[in-house]
Amino acid sequence: MFQILHGINVDWMRRRHIAYWVSGLCMAISVVSLIAHGGPRYGVDFTGGTLLEVSITPAPQIDEVRDAVQSAGFQGSEIQRLDKPGQILIRLGTNETAKDPSTTVRAALERMKEGSTVEVLRVESVGPRVGSELRSAAIKAILLALGLILVYVAIRYDWRYSMGAVVALFHDVFITLGAISLTNKEVTLTVVAALLTVAGSSINDTIVVFDRIRERKQSLRREHPQKVMNIAINETLSRTIITSITIVLTVLALYFFGGDVIHDFSFAMLVGVVFGTYSSVFVASALALETQLYLERTTAGRKK
Amino acid sequence: MTQSDRNKLFLTLIGVAICIYTLWPTFQFYAMSPAQRQEVLQARPQAATNEVDRERLQKLADLRDKAIKLGLDLQGGMYLLLEVDKSKLGAAEARNAVDQAMQIIRNRIDQFGVAEPSFQKQGENRILVQLPGLLDQERAKSLIGQTALLEFKIVKTDEETRALLDRIDQALVRQGGGASAAGADTFSAQRPFTSRFLSVAQAGESFALSEHVAAIDSMIAAVRADSSFLFESTLAWGAHESEREGRTGRSLFVLSKDPLMQGKDVQSAQMRLDLDQERPGAPGVSFTLTSRGGATFADVTGANVGRRLAIVLDNRIQSAPNIIERIPRGQGSITGSFTEEEAQNLAIVLRSGALPAPVHVVEERTVGPSLGQDSIEKGLMAGAVGAGLVVLFMVVYYRLSGLVAVAALLLNILGLLACMAGFHATLTLPGIAGIVLTIGMAVDANVLIFERIREELRNKKTVLAAIEQGYARAYRTILDSNVTVLLSAVALMWFGSGPIRGFAVTLSIGLIINMITAVGISKMIFDAWSLRRKVSTISI
Repeated sequence: MFQILHGINVDWMRRRHIAYWVSGLCMAISVVSLIAHGGPRYGVDFTGGTLLEVSITPAPQIDEVRDAVQSAGFQGSEIQRLDKPGQILIRLGTNETAKDPSTTVRAALERMKEGSTVEVLRVESVGPRVGSELRSAAIKAILLALGLILVYVAIRYDWRYSMGAVVALFHDVFITLGAISLTNKEVTLTVVAALLTVAGSSINDTIVVFDRIRERKQSLRREHPQKVMNIAINETLSRTIITSITIVLTVLALYFFGGDVIHDFSFAMLVGVVFGTYSSVFVASALALETQLYLERTTAGRKK
Repeated sequence: MTQSDRNKLFLTLIGVAICIYTLWPTFQFYAMSPAQRQEVLQARPQAATNEVDRERLQKLADLRDKAIKLGLDLQGGMYLLLEVDKSKLGAAEARNAVDQAMQIIRNRIDQFGVAEPSFQKQGENRILVQLPGLLDQERAKSLIGQTALLEFKIVKTDEETRALLDRIDQALVRQGGGASAAGADTFSAQRPFTSRFLSVAQAGESFALSEHVAAIDSMIAAVRADSSFLFESTLAWGAHESEREGRTGRSLFVLSKDPLMQGKDVQSAQMRLDLDQERPGAPGVSFTLTSRGGATFADVTGANVGRRLAIVLDNRIQSAPNIIERIPRGQGSITGSFTEEEAQNLAIVLRSGALPAPVHVVEERTVGPSLGQDSIEKGLMAGAVGAGLVVLFMVVYYRLSGLVAVAALLLNILGLLACMAGFHATLTLPGIAGIVLTIGMAVDANVLIFERIREELRNKKTVLAAIEQGYARAYRTILDSNVTVLLSAVALMWFGSGPIRGFAVTLSIGLIINMITAVGISKMIFDAWSLRRKVSTISI
């Protein structure tokens, strides 16, 4: 039998305070990054605006492109060179008067240089009102997902556990958001999809550990809760790690081979899955233990 | 093998057969050469001229309907969310405006010739148009966005025109008040409006240089805002730039307020190259009016011989010919500096009628075909690498049992694809990501079970008991953990549109099938294998 992490007997819960510091630090970095960047950097999906990916042959200078876009009346546009030569991503600045920004810019790029051809690879253009609608829809979807998960966990488990699971969930999603902000990536529709999936898979890991804790609590009723949790965590650790490995393998494949369009999605998933694994032990279980110990102290205090 | 095992095996085989049957058209379709595929996509049996053709095309159309469709992000295409501006409509008109607009846009696109366009009404005043495949994006947008309100109006005489321009001048001076008092005696201060023009009221036209057009427009808007006299007549620009004294500019016309007739009386319209005698070969559009429209047209032209008749499209004057004599048969033409494509578009929009209200594009997502192809290749690559890594890991780590998990995984993906074909779901790039992620998550169920079996074995249970216990104990956890991911996928399905929904769809179908394959089918394989041999060891 080829095994990893079998028969280990680590007192995870005694070291939970280290984890609190790690989590606290990661959360703090996320908060600082979000504040420094003035909140999440929303993509055109949510702010409204136009994103244009073009391929120009022969490959032009970036300044030529900038001038052409500016002459078409779009001030403050961001222009970025992509991997392939001549492939350029343009994020248009606002221009209230332009009725059809993508066509206007394309025409300007075609005029830029004699004999160059412009192929429009991708256009994403979202009106400001649709952008704000998508934003509120995204927030509603996240709240709905969290709400559904909370209700489910609350029905299936003791509330003492649910609280730890919920905190772990927020922890994971928030740190993923922080990582996106830190790497200066945009929050787009696909990134929101990744955040929701992170929420789902984060709670998934937690549930597996909780299931085992519940099982062990019945079989080891006399033991101290801390010991019960350690046993349960150690027993499920190999599964927790292996599942994360398989998911991370596929996410890595998406990250390295899936192309630009889902690059940010895979990045968010990667961060989320890693933290989801960590938090199921160090946040969810640790907090469940904290709650339990606290309750025992107070009821014990009352008894005296 | 017990009877119930045999039944399970039978059911599984039937399931697999159904899956393969459902996926067969998809396989056929994607095995074709790109040219053949294009033919299938374009097949329109209702357009066939004879029975043999119709049958052949019907077969192709059926194949197209049964194959898994690629989303716009993979095959390339346009996603346009349109908003109908109902602000200027009455309550009664507003009620049907969106449906009418959708019908008209559908007509236009049908004439343009796009394979499988889709039109959906969204909410109160929006229309979602999806145009897959290769197409001229700009042309499609101009076809959809044009209101195409065709009106015929009489051009005011030079005296009337001059009188109106004078009044605009006076109104502007009054508005400007003391502000421009410093230069009160100069021509431009007394006549702020007229002075912008190179020539005024010559055969009804007033010519301004192109760079002044915007300024003139804003003056007109300012006057219109606080005086009512402009309501008696309208001002409209010529649709095309022209040259005077070697300088380019546009002509402004003063027109009668009410149209003599409107474009809904147009019966047919064609692009033609022989309309302009001065410029043979220049594209233009000839149109024929309905008999009722033709009668009105005859009356109107008869009553206005000697005056100019402006043919106005979306408030721009396409041409303003002199009425030489009464035109009895209701035929007319529009000429100007069109390209052939523009003339073709104009003919299409005239034939399909005017939109009841202006339509704006509020969201546009376009993916060019080369990026789509690139995404397909990258998605497949990522899927292959991801699946390969997971398979390798499972087989190395769990050996023969790992192979069982891989078999379950294959059936999972097969079932997922078959469901997509069966439900006519669309495969998008995030959808592919969902499938790849399903691969990673699906084995989780088997990992849970196998780890449990290993534990039971360590507790000195027999192989059979370990398998039984492993499955029984892991099942509830698998259910719980899949449900939570499903819940977030449901939220995503409800919120997301297009590609994102594709992700939620593939992920949820994948996880639902996972509960059957990873638990049921893998158990069946174990049972079949272990019961027959009375095994005492297991490769796990």
